[in-house]
Amino acid sequence: MDLSLLTIEIATVLLAIGVLVIGLLIPREQRFGLGYLVTIGLAIILFVSFGYYGINATAFEGMYYVDDFSIFFKQLILVAAVLVTLAATLYVKKMGTNYGEFFVMTVFAALGMMVLSSAGEFITLYLGLETMTISFYILTGFKKNDSKSAEAGIKYLILGAMSSGILLYGLSLVYGMTGTTVISEVAVKLAEMGSLSPAMVVGMVFLVAGFGFKISAVPFQMWSPDVYEGAPTPVTAFLAVGSKAAAFAALIRVFMIAFPDYSLQWKMLFAALAALTIIIGNLVAIPQTNIKRMLAYSSIAQAGYIMTGVIAANAAGVRGVAFYGMLYVFATIGAFTVVMNFSANTGSDEIRDYAGLARRSPLLAAVLTVCLLSMAGIPPLAGFAGKFYLFSSIVDQGYLWLVIIGLLMSMASVYYYLSVAKVMYMADPVDDSPIVVPAGAKAVLLITMIVTVFLGVYPQPLSVLANLAANSLFF
Amino acid sequence: MIGLEHFLILSGTLFCIGLFGALAKRNAIAILMGLELMLNAVNINLVAFARYVTTGILTGHVFAIFVIAVAAAEVAVGLALIVAIYRDRISVNVDDFDWLKW
Repeated sequence: MDLSLLTIEIATVLLAIGVLVIGLLIPREQRFGLGYLVTIGLAIILFVSFGYYGINATAFEGMYYVDDFSIFFKQLILVAAVLVTLAATLYVKKMGTNYGEFFVMTVFAALGMMVLSSAGEFITLYLGLETMTISFYILTGFKKNDSKSAEAGIKYLILGAMSSGILLYGLSLVYGMTGTTVISEVAVKLAEMGSLSPAMVVGMVFLVAGFGFKISAVPFQMWSPDVYEGAPTPVTAFLAVGSKAAAFAALIRVFMIAFPDYSLQWKMLFAALAALTIIIGNLVAIPQTNIKRMLAYSSIAQAGYIMTGVIAANAAGVRGVAFYGMLYVFATIGAFTVVMNFSANTGSDEIRDYAGLARRSPLLAAVLTVCLLSMAGIPPLAGFAGKFYLFSSIVDQGYLWLVIIGLLMSMASVYYYLSVAKVMYMADPVDDSPIVVPAGAKAVLLITMIVTVFLGVYPQPLSVLANLAANSLFF
Repeated sequence: MIGLEHFLILSGTLFCIGLFGALAKRNAIAILMGLELMLNAVNINLVAFARYVTTGILTGHVFAIFVIAVAAAEVAVGLALIVAIYRDRISVNVDDFDWLKW
C-alpha cells in the first residue's frame, strides 16, 4: 500500500491543522494573514495534484480510488476553495470574531469533498459526506451576531441529518443484500444474484433520495434557498459549487459502478427528477427579489442540467458533467464574489439595490453579467459549450424530450438573468458612492470572468481533462 | 427463533418512528432525538446484516461504530446551533424559526 497516493488529502489535513494551531498562537489582530496562507497552501496542493493524472490506482484494497475522475473533481474542489478563500477575506473580516477558524472549516469541508469524490466504499463515502456537511453546518451558522445565519444552520442540520439517515438506510440495505460495502464488488454480487430483491429496490430509491438532497434536486430542494440566503455569502458560494460537485462525483461512481446492470430503472428515476428540477428551479427563480435566493434557485436548475449527464450513463455524459461542473465553479463563484463584495459595502442582498451598479463599479457589473449569461448558456460563453456537451450526450438515447425541456427552460432563464443586468445597467443608482473591492477579490473577479469567456471560445484544454476523467471511470 | 427478518422489522419500525418524529415534532431538541432514532435504526440493520449475512466479517459492526461516532459529532453541532438561537429568541420551537421563509 503506497501512502503517497494520498498526498493531496494528507497535505490538506496538515494545512487545516497547521492554520488552526497558528491561529491560536498569534495575537488576534495579526490573524488576518491566515486567509492568504490558506489560499497559497491550497494553490500549491492544486499545482501538485496535476502530477496525479494517469495513475489510476486504488488505495486500501479498493476502498479509495486515485483515478483521473477523482483527481479532476479534487482539482475542481481545490479551484473552488482557492477562489472562495481569496475572495472572502474582506467579508470574513467584517463578520467579526473567529477569523482563522472560518478558513480552517473551509479547508476541512474541502477535505470531506475530496474523500467523497475518491470513495470506493460505503463507509469511506459516508465519512467524506459527513466531514463535508458537518463543516458546512458550522460554516452556515458562523455569523454569531446574525440570527438568520444560526437559523439557516439549524435548518440545514435538521434536513441534512435527515437525508443522511435516509442515505444510510439505503446503504445498509445494499450492504445487507450484497454482503459487501465495496462499490465495485456490489456490481459483481448483483450480477450473480440475477434479479433485484424488493429490499434492494428500496435501498436504491433511498440512495437516490439521499443523493438528491445533496445535489438539491426537486423535490429535495427545499433546504437550499433558505440555507443559501442565511449563510455567509462565501459559504454559500462554496456550498453551491463544492458540495454539489462532490455529491455528483459520488453519485456517478455509486450508480455507474455498482448498479450498471439496472441503469434502465434508475435512469428513468433520474430523468423524471431532472425534468422537475430544471422546470421548477427556473420558474421559481423568476419572481425572486433577493439575489442570493435567485442564485439558489438558479443553482437548483443547474443541478438539473448536470443530471442529464448522469442519465446518459456513458463516457460522453460523464465528460459533460465534469466539464460543466468546472465552468459552473467559475460562473457561480464569480457571481457570489460580486454579491459578497456588494453586501460587504452596502449591507444589502436585494436585487433592487443593484440599481446603477455599472456606474458605481463597472467591474462588478461586468463580472456579474458575464457569469449570469454563462449560466444561461449564451454563446460564446463557457456555459454554452457545457450545455452542448451535456445535452448531446442524451439526445441519441431517447431523451429528446428532456433536451427540449432543458433548452426551453434555458431560454426562460435568460429572462431572470437579464433582468438583473437591466437593473445594473439601465436603472439610476440611489447612492452614487463607488464600491471598494479589495485586491484579492478583484483577482478572483478577473480570473472568473476571463476563464468563463476563454473556455467558451476555446474549450479544448478543459475538455481534454474532462475526457481523461470520464475515460478513467469506464476504463 | 428470532431471525434476520425480526431485526429488519424492528429497524424499519424504528426508522419510521424517527422520521415521523423528525417531521412532526415542533421542538428542535425532539427533532434531533427523532434523527437519532433514524440513525439507530440504521445501526440495528447494519449489525443484524453483519451477524446473519456476512457471519464472521465485521464490516457491518465497523460501519455501525462509525455511524455512532459521526452522529455524536452531528448532535454536538446541532445543540450548539440550538443554544445560539435560544439565546436570541428564548425559544426552541421550530415554528418560531421563521426569519427565513421555511
